Amino acid sequence: MKPTSSTAAPTPTRRRHASRVPFWVYALLGVMVFVSVFPLYWMFVVSTTDSATAFNLPPHILPGGNFLHLAGLVFDTVPFVQALLNSVAVSTAIGVGQALLCALAGFAFAKLSFRGRNTLFVIVVLTMTVPAQLAIIPQYLIMSKLGWVDTLQAVIVPGLVSAFGIFWMRQHISSTIDDELMHAARVDGATTWQIFWRIAFPLVRPAAFVLGLFGFVNAWNDFLWPFIVLKSPDRYTAQIAIKALQNSRDIDLGLAMSGSFLATLPLLVLFFLVGRRLVQGIMEGAFKG
Amino acid sequence: MLSPGTIEKTAAQPARQRRIHLGVRERLAPYAYIAPFFLLFFIFGLFPLLFTFYVALFDWDPIGEHHFVGLANFSELVHDPRFWGAMRNTFSIWALSTIPQLLLALVLAHVLNHVRLRAATLFRMSVLVPYVTSVAATTIVFAQLFDRDYGMLNWFLGLLGFQHIDFTASVWGSHIMIATMIAWRWTGYNTLLYLASLQAVPRELYEAAAVDGANGWKQFRHITIPSLRPIIVFTVVTSTIGGLQVFTEPLLANPVGGLTCGAARQCQTLTLFLYEQGFGRFHFGYGAAVGVALFVIVVIVAAINYVLVTRIRSERP
Repeated sequence: MKPTSSTAAPTPTRRRHASRVPFWVYALLGVMVFVSVFPLYWMFVVSTTDSATAFNLPPHILPGGNFLHLAGLVFDTVPFVQALLNSVAVSTAIGVGQALLCALAGFAFAKLSFRGRNTLFVIVVLTMTVPAQLAIIPQYLIMSKLGWVDTLQAVIVPGLVSAFGIFWMRQHISSTIDDELMHAARVDGATTWQIFWRIAFPLVRPAAFVLGLFGFVNAWNDFLWPFIVLKSPDRYTAQIAIKALQNSRDIDLGLAMSGSFLATLPLLVLFFLVGRRLVQGIMEGAFKG
Repeated sequence: MLSPGTIEKTAAQPARQRRIHLGVRERLAPYAYIAPFFLLFFIFGLFPLLFTFYVALFDWDPIGEHHFVGLANFSELVHDPRFWGAMRNTFSIWALSTIPQLLLALVLAHVLNHVRLRAATLFRMSVLVPYVTSVAATTIVFAQLFDRDYGMLNWFLGLLGFQHIDFTASVWGSHIMIATMIAWRWTGYNTLLYLASLQAVPRELYEAAAVDGANGWKQFRHITIPSLRPIIVFTVVTSTIGGLQVFTEPLLANPVGGLTCGAARQCQTLTLFLYEQGFGRFHFGYGAAVGVALFVIVVIVAAINYVLVTRIRSERP
């Protein structure tokens, strides 16, 4: 729009202004990294040294070689391997369920025309405001009517779809998939399902993956609902197993810390592998939400 | 299935021929696709919500009988100091965690938005590490760090010549401890939300401000804050609704405190009070009344949010 010369000329000086990163910025960010990582590091330290470490002053700040011993104590106190497996099962089911079912519903809201579409979508958005947990008492009554108390499906099934996920997938599908493409497929005799599964879903798979990842992380870390419906130790998820370890804390305070570390480790590994996608996901969500 | 020819042919067709007749099965397909959400929402969302209002009208023992008591649970609730204490604790913890957290997130986002920042991805990722740590694990570590006798924080205070603080025992101490846990987990997440909105602000704005001699603080006040106003409202609302749900921290932070988070209920939140009444004492009716109270608060928050958002929209040119 403007003549190039007028904007181009002062740029070098302006750039220099904008590019100088003062030292205090790095100092501040350094403190931020330390604060973010230190509690996890401390959890690791306590779970690798003997139980007295948590009581030592000045504190030991280097990890020791006792990790396996403490981990063994954790496994003896509660069925922790089972708890980790339960967490994997619950989180995977919820992550995959959300990715697929929200993509499907998002596809319907974005690309299909049907009576009541807008009203139903408004309902979906409205449900995001009300936290489900204020209704935990009736939810529990329903679960006992269904006979699902103390089963993993009591945790999995209510989490399979999320209103936010539908909202998120609808945004992605309407901005990614062209109406002409849909129409062309219809002319070719493709059914709605084929259009979704062969055309729409592959195109939005990255967005669905990020959604599933958030579903997985949130399900892994969920506490209140599993704490209410899972009663027997071999049904516990990892988070509830941590609580059980804490109950036996008169035996060993380091035990709860080791359990916490063991329950966090899988997510840290996951974060190391795909954390970048989570960062992108949050930042994209901010643009759209 | 699709050849390039088909696409061209379709595009060339006149509009009236483009409508394809769909069979019943196909016309019902959209409903089938949204059905899972609505089915699960009705069974595990809407129905329990409405049922909460119903249960709240009863003296409801989960294994025994239930008697209709009308609004007795509610009149008991408004006169119950435990309820108002839980309300005070919830909002105190909310304020102590939200305000410093969002201010810090603003500063961090502003700093992370610097054009020439090195290792930007590393910083962004490490700020999100607390978010993937579970509330339970976070609480257990922080409870240890805040411990009266052996906590690192008190050790440090001791080095500086201060008395050890028994965080879990006092109102303020326990609130500060819990607020720290919440702020630790969520600051990074909010930082990234702010950073994303900041990246949508044209760089030229900052550059022009720098040329005009506006320093970092002035840029922060006059460019960063105003352009983030909508997302700030969003994060305040989400953290308020999140604040009403605080449960795990007060339950695990004071293991000897049981379901009341201490003998004086110094850090029992509304959700923990609901849990205590419902699943600790099996007063389902009274617990449901607490749920109704939470619902009323959520509606008030949503209404305030609505007013704020419409005001921000109308302020825009």
